[in-house]
Amino acid sequence: MSTAKPAAGTAAHSVVEPSANSKRIAATLVILYAVITMVPLVWIFLTSIKSPPDSISYPPKILFTPSLEGYCNLFTTRTRQTPEYIAALPPPENTCDAVTRERNMVIAGPSNFLPRFVNSLIIAFGSTFLAVGLGTLAAYGFSRFKVPLADDLLFFILSTRMMPPIAVAIPIFLMYRELGLSDTAIGMMLLYTAVNVSLAVWLLKGFIDEIPREYEEAAMIDGYTRLQAFRKVVLPQATTGIAATAIFCLIFAWNEYAFASLLTSGSAQTAPPFIPTIIGEGGQDWPAVAAGTTIFLVPILVFTILLRKQLLRGITFGAVRK
Amino acid sequence: MNSSHQTFAEKASRLATEAAVRATPEPLAKRVRGFSDRAIAWLFIAPTIALLLAINIFPLFWAIYLSFTNYRANRPNAEVRNIGLSNYSRILNDPDIWASMQTTAHFVFWTILLQTVIGFGLAYLIDRKFRGHAFWTTLILIPMMLSPAVVGNFWRFLYEPQIGLFAYAVSFLTGIPTSDIQMLGSVQLAPWAIVIVDTWMWTPYVMLICLAGLRSIPDYIYEAAEVDRASPWRQFWSITVPMALPFIMLAVLFRGIENFKMFDMVNLLTGGGPGSTTEVASIALKRDAFEAWATGRSSAFAIVLFVAVFGLANIYVKALNRVKQR
Repeated sequence: MSTAKPAAGTAAHSVVEPSANSKRIAATLVILYAVITMVPLVWIFLTSIKSPPDSISYPPKILFTPSLEGYCNLFTTRTRQTPEYIAALPPPENTCDAVTRERNMVIAGPSNFLPRFVNSLIIAFGSTFLAVGLGTLAAYGFSRFKVPLADDLLFFILSTRMMPPIAVAIPIFLMYRELGLSDTAIGMMLLYTAVNVSLAVWLLKGFIDEIPREYEEAAMIDGYTRLQAFRKVVLPQATTGIAATAIFCLIFAWNEYAFASLLTSGSAQTAPPFIPTIIGEGGQDWPAVAAGTTIFLVPILVFTILLRKQLLRGITFGAVRK
Repeated sequence: MNSSHQTFAEKASRLATEAAVRATPEPLAKRVRGFSDRAIAWLFIAPTIALLLAINIFPLFWAIYLSFTNYRANRPNAEVRNIGLSNYSRILNDPDIWASMQTTAHFVFWTILLQTVIGFGLAYLIDRKFRGHAFWTTLILIPMMLSPAVVGNFWRFLYEPQIGLFAYAVSFLTGIPTSDIQMLGSVQLAPWAIVIVDTWMWTPYVMLICLAGLRSIPDYIYEAAEVDRASPWRQFWSITVPMALPFIMLAVLFRGIENFKMFDMVNLLTGGGPGSTTEVASIALKRDAFEAWATGRSSAFAIVLFVAVFGLANIYVKALNRVKQR
């Protein structure tokens, strides 16, 4: 991955190329920051493969025997049994079974983590899809046409993000209770779409503003209708911006906690309010929490690394001009 | 999209055509070939506006109505009475509420300051385009992709004085015994514990926006400065900073709004404690609304908060536009 080299010819500051020395200093500082920033994350991962006693030993253990106990505890619920009971059981079927028995417990059943994780997937991807779809249309509308009061409407759209979630949550809570939307995936999806669409409109308007109008006009002179020009000329040009916007919407919806913790209690709960509630015997089960955190991080991490080019290029709010 | 929306689309097209005929006559070709531009504009914008009206504006008006009542969400509706402005006068005269606003302001100030300085610094360094800068940038971005709740919860573990990595590292570097590094338990340290996590998490966001700002500066300006033999220092203050300023201000706006609403991380890290040292407005509001169930009063609080942030943001956006136009 470190092979990323500036594209030949298009590099910014081509004439005023920074000196090798200033590059070396910049690299050192950035790498130092990146390494420090990664420490908590590496620690989360390391904790997820520690046994519970190792996770809370002092001084913190850098070297330890890896254990899958955290992951086992994340996905199962367990009950304590007498050693005699456990000794009388048939041999353990899998690693988790064995690990659990060593702690004088047996697996009672699956935990709620998987359903919560699936909720997160459904709600996050659903609302991202909706928000980006609506946002693209609205952004195009604002970018290309004279909309009366456009500035006011745009500011109104942004202003919907200014309410503290808790403040919005009170009336939403009452409204959803009346409509039967409380604790439903649809309700959460609509809510996240509404929150994200404001960001989507603002980001995408920037991107679409950047696409020269002449492209569409040329297409329309060639016989395309406005809609065809939008679909065949503008949308492909805006792909980068749409991808970057989608990442941001997805990150928000995937990670949202305030609404989720106040408006869902069971069936539609997502992972963020769930993970902190993972309790072991005698307090928080840190390896299990770390395991949940690690798993929760993976999809968004993969997505971001795959789309990092669009992300880095894309967050420009439409203001990059060459 | 084509078949299912045909009838609606036809209707919209007809209405638009009629409107167009009544208003300025448009070129015939435009009417014949599908929608008029005006119809498309509204067709495209209306769904977003409708959704925001349903999910944001309608509830907002409901909250305004509730703020004038003594409604409690856990009691029967029959007891609801209009009590005029007394919720507002209670809110504005409550020293605890003012304290929570002050706490919020402190958090916003310090987090924005740190994030802007570090974020812009990093962006400036990354803009040097050293070998592998894209890889390191991607690494730096990871914290902002995490859930503040999950992160806050895990930092609670890192901050544990007995077992946590943070206390161990600080103690190792400074020699202060870990028992004195009660990041979440001490009145002096708890606010900083939250500032540290927020900065760790959101500096990359500011960095990204600043980076976009730096990359938006056209090369020829630097080339011209180079021809004029402007020193690097001079170039930085006369070109880089002013040209990137609209972006920096945009980042400050977004982070400011977000941190004004800060809830997840504080709730998970300290829950507002110890005492009420980290009780930001959102935490106080949550207590009123979802623990005391004083729905009417908390709605008034919510409105006050919204007006405050809306007003500040409005003023700020005006300033931003002025900077942009310069």
